Amino acid sequence: MAAGEELTLSSHIQHHLTNAKVCTTEAGVSFNKACSEAGFWTWHIDTLAWSIGLGLIFLWLFRSTAKKATSGVPGKFQCFVEIVIDFVASNVKDTYHGKSKLIAPLALTIFIWVFLMNLMDLVPVDFLPAFAGVVGETVFNVPAEKVYMKIVPTTDINMTAALALGVFLLMIGYSIRIKGVSGFIKELTLHPFSTNNTVLQIILIPFNLLLELIALIAKPFSLALRLFGNLYAGEMIFILIGAIGLLQLPLHFVWAVFHILVIVLQAFVFMMLTIVYLSMASSDNH
Amino acid sequence: MNLNATLLGELIAFAVFVLFCMKFVWPPIMSAIEERQKKIADGLAASDRAEKDLHLAQEKAKEQLIEAKQQAAEIIEQAKRRAGSIVESETQRAHEERDKIISAGQVEVEAERNRAKEELRKQVSTLAVLGAERILAREIDAQAHSDIVEKLVAEL
Repeated sequence: MAAGEELTLSSHIQHHLTNAKVCTTEAGVSFNKACSEAGFWTWHIDTLAWSIGLGLIFLWLFRSTAKKATSGVPGKFQCFVEIVIDFVASNVKDTYHGKSKLIAPLALTIFIWVFLMNLMDLVPVDFLPAFAGVVGETVFNVPAEKVYMKIVPTTDINMTAALALGVFLLMIGYSIRIKGVSGFIKELTLHPFSTNNTVLQIILIPFNLLLELIALIAKPFSLALRLFGNLYAGEMIFILIGAIGLLQLPLHFVWAVFHILVIVLQAFVFMMLTIVYLSMASSDNH
Repeated sequence: MNLNATLLGELIAFAVFVLFCMKFVWPPIMSAIEERQKKIADGLAASDRAEKDLHLAQEKAKEQLIEAKQQAAEIIEQAKRRAGSIVESETQRAHEERDKIISAGQVEVEAERNRAKEELRKQVSTLAVLGAERILAREIDAQAHSDIVEKLVAEL
């Protein structure tokens, strides 16, 4: 392979893995490369647009069903929605033993939203970025290779981190609401090493705090990185398969079939772990 | 790949979606499901009750049928007994009647015969006296020998 081709391939992959960025610089609103210096205040507009769009599709579908929901003979789509809701509700009921109006809708939102975002992975990798490139060239007069479009929001660490952070804030909120601030602090400092000797217990507090904080922080990290890692890797393999010429067709099919499993499983795992973590945060007995 | 403001945007979107779902999606669908579950449970209970009622009614009907059959049999039995007793009493009455008639007849016959006998005896005694009168002619006084003749008549 010539050096030029190699460069094209790696830049092609790089192109696929780059988000469309927007930020404000001294020159006004800037895009992509110009944002490399903008630091934190950069927005990934493709992630935002696709994720919020998919979220709205989810809410619109379910809301229109909810408005027409009848306790008589349900329509076909209502049946489907009810199956999903019943599935989520039974999972929540099995795992979360407290009483909360928030947990079940939260789990439903996570499950369907993450599932829809993951599902974007099955759209052939080049379709929408190429389309965006054409639009960019013709409408905005920007060269196609400078137009970025990453259509799977869950391959953006910002997306998965936002979900995990939301869950993490809820965990802390539930801990404090159920156990009180002192209960939460006690939980962080008096376990897992506990003795009846007061002096020894005070000595053990830093160790306990360290261990418990790591355990606490590890939860949102594992949530965010698991989803991101799985989908990023899956997307990467699609891109690599897309770069190998004609042989890609059967390989794409095989990987897509396998990936269907990953898509549903990761959505389910995220939902399930959210319920489990919130259940742990709400239970008093450590 | 580094974290940036997108995180905040997504966090807000996440919160809004969850709140919307909690307020406007979950409760109506869940209440529809629960209402339907209740309807189905009620329907099943009602059908159970109806089945039980049907069973009871069948049982009752069977009992009543048996009772009616028993009553009918009893009535027929009574009627038979009554008929038997009527026939018997009538037969007995007829027998009695017959016996009475027969005995009355016999009495009458007897009386007739006695009367005839009496008549005959009278006539025989008269004849005997007449005959004796004629045989003995004048010698024999009818008045004097009438006791003998009467004895004769009595022996007849």
